[in-house]
Amino acid sequence: MREALEKIRSDALAAIAGARETSELEALRVRYSGKKGELTAILKMMGKLSAEERPKMGQLANEVRAALEDAFQSRAKELADRAMEQKLRAETIDVTVPAPEAPVGHLHPLTIVTREIRSIFEAMGFETVEGPEVETDYYNFEALNTPKNHPARDVQDTLYFSDSMLLRTQTSSVQARTMENRRPPIRIIAPGRVYRSDAVDATHSPLFHQIEGLLVDEGVTMADLKGALGVFAKGLFGEQTAVRFRPHHFPFTEPSAEMDVSCFACGGKGCRFCKGEGWIEILGCGMVHPNVLRGCGIDPEKYSGFAFGMGVERVALLRYKIDDMRLLYENDVRFLEQF
Amino acid sequence: MKLSYNWLRELVPVTASPKDYIADMTMSGSKVETLDYLGAEIENVVVGRVTAMEHHPDATKLWICRIDVGGERDLQIVTGAQNVSVGDIVPVALDNSKLPGGVEIHTGELRGVKSEGMLCSHQELGLTSHDIPDAPEHGILLLNNTAEYGELTPGQDIRPVLGFDDYCVDFEITPNRPDCLSVIGLARESAATYDMSFTPATPKVHGGAGKLDEFLNVTVEEPELCPRYAARLVRNVRIAPSPKWMRDKLRAMGVRPINNIVDITNYVMLEYGQPMHAFDYACLTDSRIVVRRAGRDEAFRTLDDQERKLTENMLVIADGSKPVAVAGVMGGANSEITENTRNVVFESANFSGVSIRLTARALGMRTESSGRFEKGLDPRNVGPALERACELVELLGAGDVCDGVIDVDHSDPEPRRLTLDAARVNRFLGIDVPEETMKRYLRNLSFGVDGNTVTVPSWRSDVEQFADLAEEVARFYGYDKIPTTLFAGAAPYHRSEKIAFEDSLRTICAGLGCDEIQTYSFVSEKVFDKLNLPADDPKRRVLTIINPLSEDMRVMRTTAIPSMLEVLARNANMKNARARLFELSSTYEPKLREDGTPDNTQLPTERCVLTLGMFGDGDFFTLKSLVDGIARALRLPELRYTAQTENPAFHPGRTADVYAGETYLGTLGQVHPRVAEAFGLPVEGYIAALPVQALMEVRGGIVQYKALPRFPGCTRDLAVVCDESIPVAVLEDAIRAGVGPLLESVKLFDIYRSEALGADKKSVAFSLLLRDPARTLKDTDADAATEKAVAELAKIGAKLRT
Repeated sequence: MREALEKIRSDALAAIAGARETSELEALRVRYSGKKGELTAILKMMGKLSAEERPKMGQLANEVRAALEDAFQSRAKELADRAMEQKLRAETIDVTVPAPEAPVGHLHPLTIVTREIRSIFEAMGFETVEGPEVETDYYNFEALNTPKNHPARDVQDTLYFSDSMLLRTQTSSVQARTMENRRPPIRIIAPGRVYRSDAVDATHSPLFHQIEGLLVDEGVTMADLKGALGVFAKGLFGEQTAVRFRPHHFPFTEPSAEMDVSCFACGGKGCRFCKGEGWIEILGCGMVHPNVLRGCGIDPEKYSGFAFGMGVERVALLRYKIDDMRLLYENDVRFLEQF
Repeated sequence: MKLSYNWLRELVPVTASPKDYIADMTMSGSKVETLDYLGAEIENVVVGRVTAMEHHPDATKLWICRIDVGGERDLQIVTGAQNVSVGDIVPVALDNSKLPGGVEIHTGELRGVKSEGMLCSHQELGLTSHDIPDAPEHGILLLNNTAEYGELTPGQDIRPVLGFDDYCVDFEITPNRPDCLSVIGLARESAATYDMSFTPATPKVHGGAGKLDEFLNVTVEEPELCPRYAARLVRNVRIAPSPKWMRDKLRAMGVRPINNIVDITNYVMLEYGQPMHAFDYACLTDSRIVVRRAGRDEAFRTLDDQERKLTENMLVIADGSKPVAVAGVMGGANSEITENTRNVVFESANFSGVSIRLTARALGMRTESSGRFEKGLDPRNVGPALERACELVELLGAGDVCDGVIDVDHSDPEPRRLTLDAARVNRFLGIDVPEETMKRYLRNLSFGVDGNTVTVPSWRSDVEQFADLAEEVARFYGYDKIPTTLFAGAAPYHRSEKIAFEDSLRTICAGLGCDEIQTYSFVSEKVFDKLNLPADDPKRRVLTIINPLSEDMRVMRTTAIPSMLEVLARNANMKNARARLFELSSTYEPKLREDGTPDNTQLPTERCVLTLGMFGDGDFFTLKSLVDGIARALRLPELRYTAQTENPAFHPGRTADVYAGETYLGTLGQVHPRVAEAFGLPVEGYIAALPVQALMEVRGGIVQYKALPRFPGCTRDLAVVCDESIPVAVLEDAIRAGVGPLLESVKLFDIYRSEALGADKKSVAFSLLLRDPARTLKDTDADAATEKAVAELAKIGAKLRT
């Protein structure tokens, strides 16, 4: 019996090692270890052994069974690995073949810039609001301390529908509308389209976008204006950005200023981009004029505030080094898809 | 406003370099646009003296000159000019010199004779006969006149000699500061910038040529429009060129010299900012001046020789019979100063800015004078300017000034007084500046300061209240020295649903592969014809701009489709293979008058609309998938599409209206080929227009989570044959009605047509997913439900395909 077991062991191990297919291996398992297999058949004869022989043979039989089982398993794994390897090899593709294009849309550069600017101010607690583009003379001019025949009106060539109705020339019109409807504290920004009678060329468009800002509360100072706009400039143009405030004039702020940022092309040393000045003009701002506050029913003795306004196109042109404003409104997909 | 830097430094001891000066002025509020060195184009040109001359051996018209230019030896220069003599002082362009217009001069040969430079004419130096009246038309500029040029030394730089050694500083003067449209105003600002004060000299007139009253009578009929009118008379006028110092200054400020009297009026305007006018006294009928309104349609020929038609709204300066000037705008040809003028009336007046502005605009003539009056000038400046003009007359020996001034003054001489609250200024600006320092800033600007009472100078009408004083302090303290703080307060946060929704729409559309466009809000009226809209279409009721830039920008759009079509066409014509675009834009729907016409005095309704447009990127169903995608992203209720065959802008067989429930969401489809053609779109285009308000109304609110199914569903496929005319949506509705609540979804998976089915027949196959939320659905239940669907389909004539 020992010989028979040893023979089964050696025959079976050899056969298992030689198996080429999973099915062949399965056939071997049936042949040796199956219910009607050779090893099983031998075990059935155990009862005929002497009590002395039986445990020894039993032990040997178990060893053979375990050895076969190990062999089956490891051979099965080998075959499976080999099969997987072949399958993977067969599935190999040329990864350099170009893929079909996933649909990727692009936001307009003006939208991207507006969102960036908004997000900075929204983080400072400014709420985004809107006002009408077709506006009354009152909100666009009169409420902003710019009565009829005021020389400042000459600066902005206005498109009119009638004496009293026009296309707003500045998002500042939203200032008065907001202050009439809300009481301080007020913190808003108002992005939107504005219109002027400027013929289309590389740097002018009869329609462009502005973002207006307004903060009114008790005890607001010009230092606060500088602080908020400094945060904005660093947020939009980078931490290294320096700002400069120059006195200027707007009818609806006093004191008024223009804010320059250090040139982001040369860092302020002066280059062609900033026309050698080292500074680039970005926005107009100032402390809300007492007449404007008063006109909206807010007491200038108690409240003060600051306001600012900037052109979105200007920021977009500077930021993306676009040399012709017309590109923004031609909407050629080869332009749009760069953003 | 241009300023001669030399002139400024005659008045204020500014020591800064021009470059530093413009930076300092910009930071104190007078922004400098440009700084130009007048002699920038001239290099290596010097004074020379002709020491010897001989004829060129080979050219009778050329002279060989020896020129002393201060060097070790005289230069040899050949000239063709015939006006040069030995001993003459001349401008000499040396070897390697530069002249205006980019001309370079080098040593060369003329007809075989060496020439080491060039003798210059005034034209070659960039000058005109206005600048140098005695310069010969043809020939070399001679600098022999020591009264004009002083004693010149050979070799000295020509630029100071001819007034080129100066800088022209061009300021951007804001409309609130007309006082800075003058040398004196800028001198005051310059002095204050360097913490100095400045007081202009008081002009002194000797007079003595008779009493003015005996010669002239002035009446002001319109004191509202002419708050002050002053005049003086100069007799025995000797018209001549102005002296060189005056011509140089005028030229540096960009003004062309004419003659002494005209130059004096311009000089005073530049110096004082007060426009002046000079009349020929002999032309004044009855020796009278009447300031009155023009008659209706009164004709008048202005100095520029244009015939003008005046109206009663315009103020004129008239004599006893006729207008002699449009007040503050331009004088008349009928009283112009000429060579023969013997007696001159100088006018210095103050006119209402609004009146001048309207007159200048109505006449389409904006002059140096009207541009200043428009901004509102200081009536107090009228007197000193007039005195200065007469002082200059005497200084130049241009005539004899009569005694007395006619001064009709209706203006308010009372200055404005304000209280300086230094603590409040400090609080407002966020600074800590001593009160005394603030007062010094104000005194430097000629404000009167007495305790806390500040007297505003008459020329500073812009200074009206506290904030204006604060600005003066801020300017001279320095904006850059104001600290930087962050405001601490908080504001209640509101959130605009509309803006947030529009933001998300943009993100969704880009996510679906669409590029965002931005187009103009105004269009041509012709787009409605191009869109094929009927004559009575409400979209044709538009707001019209009175003063449009062009026909293409005349009316406010009531639909964004034309703009999208133009962009599609432009892209197709640029040979871009495909475009998939969207725009979120406003349309402007006018309020209507009772007669149904647009009311251009009431604000229109501005509606936001989402427009999708594409070509070369699929078909109707591609567009529909975008609309579906937007709906899914917004969690809209199930959409319903119905064929839209009536919309004239769209293909009648390839267009749908889309609804969510009963809410109309928009229209999508292929652009009508005729419309595409009208817009120049050479390929099939697809457009969807979805009003944002409707999308917003039906969008999903805050998500209410639904439990995931715990029991398996089962699928059943169903194919029916029906008439072509039955839309798939109707078949789907029948299936839904038949299966009832067990139906989780129904999906079309095939439409099949064949001869065997017959003409006008189609086979439509659906896959149904059925599920019972409470238990595992039995096959028999699923079969029974499907049977009901088949029965419903049969009712509308769709038979189960066998």
